[in-house]
Amino acid sequence: MFKQKNYLALGAVVLVAIVLLSLPGRATSRLKLAVGSWFLPLFGLASAGQQLPADLADSVLTRHELLKQVDNLRRENQQLRSQAVQSIAIARENDQLRALLNWQRQTPWKLKLANVVMRDPANWWRTVQIDLGSKDGLRENLPVITSAGLVGRISSVSQTHAQVVLIGDPNCRVSATVENAARDMGVLVAGGTLDTSLVELTYLASSANLKPGQSVITSGLGGIFPPGIPIGQVVDSRSVEYGLYTDARVKLNANLGSLEQVWVLFP
Amino acid sequence: MRRRNEEKIFGASAALPLCAFALKKVKPFQTILILSTAFLAVFGETVFSAPRALLGAQLDLLPAIMVYAALHAGLPTISLLAVLGGIWFDTLSANPLGVSILPLAAIGWPIYWRRDLILRDLPFAQLVLGAAASAAAPALTLLMLLSGGQELLLGWGTLWQWIVMAAGGAVATPFIFSLMDACNAALGYKLRTEVSFRPDREIRHSRKKL
Repeated sequence: MFKQKNYLALGAVVLVAIVLLSLPGRATSRLKLAVGSWFLPLFGLASAGQQLPADLADSVLTRHELLKQVDNLRRENQQLRSQAVQSIAIARENDQLRALLNWQRQTPWKLKLANVVMRDPANWWRTVQIDLGSKDGLRENLPVITSAGLVGRISSVSQTHAQVVLIGDPNCRVSATVENAARDMGVLVAGGTLDTSLVELTYLASSANLKPGQSVITSGLGGIFPPGIPIGQVVDSRSVEYGLYTDARVKLNANLGSLEQVWVLFP
Repeated sequence: MRRRNEEKIFGASAALPLCAFALKKVKPFQTILILSTAFLAVFGETVFSAPRALLGAQLDLLPAIMVYAALHAGLPTISLLAVLGGIWFDTLSANPLGVSILPLAAIGWPIYWRRDLILRDLPFAQLVLGAAASAAAPALTLLMLLSGGQELLLGWGTLWQWIVMAAGGAVATPFIFSLMDACNAALGYKLRTEVSFRPDREIRHSRKKL
């Protein structure tokens, strides 16, 4: 009887695992969403807990410190206003030139701010979850950025949350351009397992003239990421596969290790 | 009359059948405690990323909890922990759903079947079991993912992450044992301690009063 019980438990666990692993993709993601919703109250508590120290710090700031911050923000606001006026003029000129050449008009980006609520517990993936979902208009493959540069893309969406696969994860490949005279193009793939700030830019032409410090931006190829989003800077390069192509290490502009808020980009 | 005397001396729960009932009642509470700890551990791993920032790897506490469950709970609890713990972990991770179930079960079952031979109260034994379980769980999960054709973030750094996970799990296991025992003692039914004194075998020296 004891042995039979053991075999029953063993069989049940193996059966559950096999059934779950062989479920179709849509059913798996629905099940994940359903189980993930059990954690929602805890996410609320955690975000409130994270907000508490910041609120406490704000409440103990001195008047002098606050005035200094207001002064700095006012100055920054003035600078940004003058840049905005300049960029509006440039955009107008760009539209006129595009109209002259019969080019399609560029639509401005729409951005939505999201909070990062959790990171992937497994070490072999690089993903985070944000607190926006399908009810906020999110869908798969929307680019995610910070003010520093590209972060990744949306990989799955639930009603209230979305999973973002970060640059450096094997499931997030980005077509990128090096800002040099030749505009060398390559594909951004996973880098080191320990350092989240370094990724590999591969399949660059063997004749690519790369120098440390050159900027890397999205090329716009692939249809997911719009062109011109800053990604990072070239650290070094090396010739691979007996000179067939060149690989370069790129230091990311965005700090993926301490993401707190990100922007979801609606192109 | 004798029963009434026992109750006077030891209290209402003194009789043996009542004690056995209490022992039976401990098990569901223990299962709930183990599953709640696993739920919170999985959630904690996603929110607190200090180990990842400091050591380059996130610690996994599920193998350590499984070691505790395998040494203290029954087979249904171990199986439930493997299934629910695995599903919770995979839900919050990019893992395919269900991939963490079998590695957790593969840790729990052998320990359960050999638990009579393990000195479970020794912190060193807990440490060694925690290290072995925390090393085996990610290795088995990786094996399953790779055999499923998944493309993973692997490299020489993975070896360091594996060592950190094993060492972290080893250190965490005795703490989890202490925490669970403390929770059991504080919230669960207390076991009645046996005393050698039995009122029915007391030698009465005085004459019976009529």
